[in-house]
Amino acid sequence: MILTVEHVTCYRYNRPARALVQSHRLTPSTCAGQRVLEWVVTVTDGIAGGAFRDGAGDWIQGWTVPGPVSEVTVAVRGRVETSDQAGVLRGHRELTAPDCYLRSTAVTRADPALAALAAKADGIEQPLDRAHRLADLVAEAILYEPGATEAHTTAAEALKLGRGVCQDHAHALIAAARVAGLPARYVSGYLFTDAESADQEAAHAWAEVWVRGLGWVGFDPANRCCPDERYIRLGSGLDAQDAAPIRGIARGPGVERLEVQVAVQAVQQ
Amino acid sequence: MTTYFNEMYEKGRVRPHYRQLEDWTKAMPAELREMKQAEAEALFRRIGITFAVYGEGGDPDRLIPFDMFPRVFTAREWSRLERGIKQRARALNAFLCDVYGRGEIVRAGRIPARLVYRNAAYEKSVVGFTPPKGVYSHVVGVDLVRTGAEDFYVLEDNCRTPSGVSYMLENREIMMRMFPELFRENRIEPVDSYPEKLRRTLASVAPAKCSSDPTVVLLTPGHFNSAYYEHSFLADLMGVELVEGADLFVEGEFLYMRTTEGPKRVDVLYRRIDDAFIDPLCFRPDSLLGIPGLMDVYRAGGVTICSAPGAGVADDKAVYTFVPEMVRFYLGEEPLLNNVPTWQCGKEEDLKHVLANLSELVVKEVHGSGGYGMLVGPKSSKDQIAAFRARIEADPDNYIAQPTLALSTTPTFVNEGIAPRHVDLRPYCLVGERIELVPGGLTRVALTEGSLVVNSSQGGGVKDTWVLAE
Repeated sequence: MILTVEHVTCYRYNRPARALVQSHRLTPSTCAGQRVLEWVVTVTDGIAGGAFRDGAGDWIQGWTVPGPVSEVTVAVRGRVETSDQAGVLRGHRELTAPDCYLRSTAVTRADPALAALAAKADGIEQPLDRAHRLADLVAEAILYEPGATEAHTTAAEALKLGRGVCQDHAHALIAAARVAGLPARYVSGYLFTDAESADQEAAHAWAEVWVRGLGWVGFDPANRCCPDERYIRLGSGLDAQDAAPIRGIARGPGVERLEVQVAVQAVQQ
Repeated sequence: MTTYFNEMYEKGRVRPHYRQLEDWTKAMPAELREMKQAEAEALFRRIGITFAVYGEGGDPDRLIPFDMFPRVFTAREWSRLERGIKQRARALNAFLCDVYGRGEIVRAGRIPARLVYRNAAYEKSVVGFTPPKGVYSHVVGVDLVRTGAEDFYVLEDNCRTPSGVSYMLENREIMMRMFPELFRENRIEPVDSYPEKLRRTLASVAPAKCSSDPTVVLLTPGHFNSAYYEHSFLADLMGVELVEGADLFVEGEFLYMRTTEGPKRVDVLYRRIDDAFIDPLCFRPDSLLGIPGLMDVYRAGGVTICSAPGAGVADDKAVYTFVPEMVRFYLGEEPLLNNVPTWQCGKEEDLKHVLANLSELVVKEVHGSGGYGMLVGPKSSKDQIAAFRARIEADPDNYIAQPTLALSTTPTFVNEGIAPRHVDLRPYCLVGERIELVPGGLTRVALTEGSLVVNSSQGGGVKDTWVLAE
């Protein structure tokens, strides 16, 4: 499948910021199942900073925008050829020990309810089967409903609410998997849904669980599946914030307004 | 009753390297001593050296008591310590390079993966990055205690930003001013080259992208910090700028400092501020301290940060147990300095032993410091022990236990004259292109009779520490 991505993020400040610093995790992972045909990231008036591949295999690119600055647009445009790898992350070079992903963070901390959910998969011997079961349990427990949660909602809160979006599903699965002793992490990326509703307000996210002997395996409880050729993987982290495609700080007294547009489309062949 | 090794005596006789000091004290009338003591205090106040050692908190304007009776090491004693400390500093840095790289020591099963990778001080964001010269900890503070003529133990390692070195320098300065004759009569190794050696060490790890003479700066959290005096003192002696987060900014691939003549590129950042506060973009988004984007510049090789982010995983009290193993694993040598035998409450068998012997042990929190959050069994009441037992049982992983060590004493001036008081020692090992150790360190002394706690927040003082030349 050939997917095109247009991902535009616009930051506006009511009073000019003194300067803006960003760290991008906006380049598709180098792994089996996705080949970059074209990929360009631009930042209006931005100065490209240091770039490197981090321990988790993600390409990180720093940017600075000297002030005063009232508006900045980060535009990602690209084409990627994808194929289905049954959710398994293959051919991905990384050094970070899977055990690092057993650590919990504020938003992925398991409360008794999450621990109880994880315990429902206790009897299952094979880690892969167990991870599948956990993903199903999370999908059943949290219904997809945009607007029910917000960026800072924790896994425990989303579970209690019983509603949420892909970020909440991923956080809940990560929390449950870690309780079960399976390293798990948050993955940021893009998802092609269907041509009718090409415009989205956010990029996609799912989770990866470490399965001994197989490696990292992706699970998308929000869509009740494993990532396939409709997915483009950007990078990973302990939670949404750690894996964020764009992290940034503007220094200044102003208030920031954010607008995001994501369009993922399949090229007719 | 425990007997303690007094460093001045051997079999009831004064050891040769203390003889001159014995004559000196005998020749000093009480009135003169009191006068000199008052003079020393006035000097310390004038200099303004009034901060708490090792970030223990407490009143920042309080003066730490200075004891004029120097502590003396022979050249032979020191050379043994020096080799042991340098060996340890090498092993700790090799460990850091390894655990942020391939993790061979974990793969080899020599240290549990959990202790490393699930450690709060393990910095995932620097995995795969090797800092210049492979050095993570550029100043290693090794805390030592002595229990006999030949017996030294390492209490803990400090790989992040060990403080207190300004005391080593000031204690010497003040002794030389007040008792110049002592420095004529004894051949004492100088320590005043420390700031220059520190500067050279820092310059030696400048990033490859730095072509000219590297610009080094010292980053302080600011004048409200209890160690601010030390920060400004060291910056001054090294001849480098003392800066705060707001003085620095990232642009493109580099870090810059604002100066009256415009931005100046910074090559080496000697930071005296914790990992969590150096870059809000990478660590704590809520932090107003720090420099946004610094970690990206660092990881892309645009600046060197000393100590390297993530170095703290080597000086964790649970990881400490494995330092002798690191020496064997990385250097293929036997450790020259002993660890204090340590029980890890996270291990079931160790926990049993600890709980059964609480009244004889010292129990510490894995991440605690400054003598807080610890139990000194022999000095605690039944209630205190019972309360601590509950804390250990609630979170065993968070505690380690050690035997109560019979810390050595050195003669110390007290109200009644001269009396033995317990001491420890922190030398400062510099690691850059070369490994260097200035002959000396900071001796802390427990001024309360019988006390084994040398922390300044709990009645500890400091002494000048001499290493005699051959």
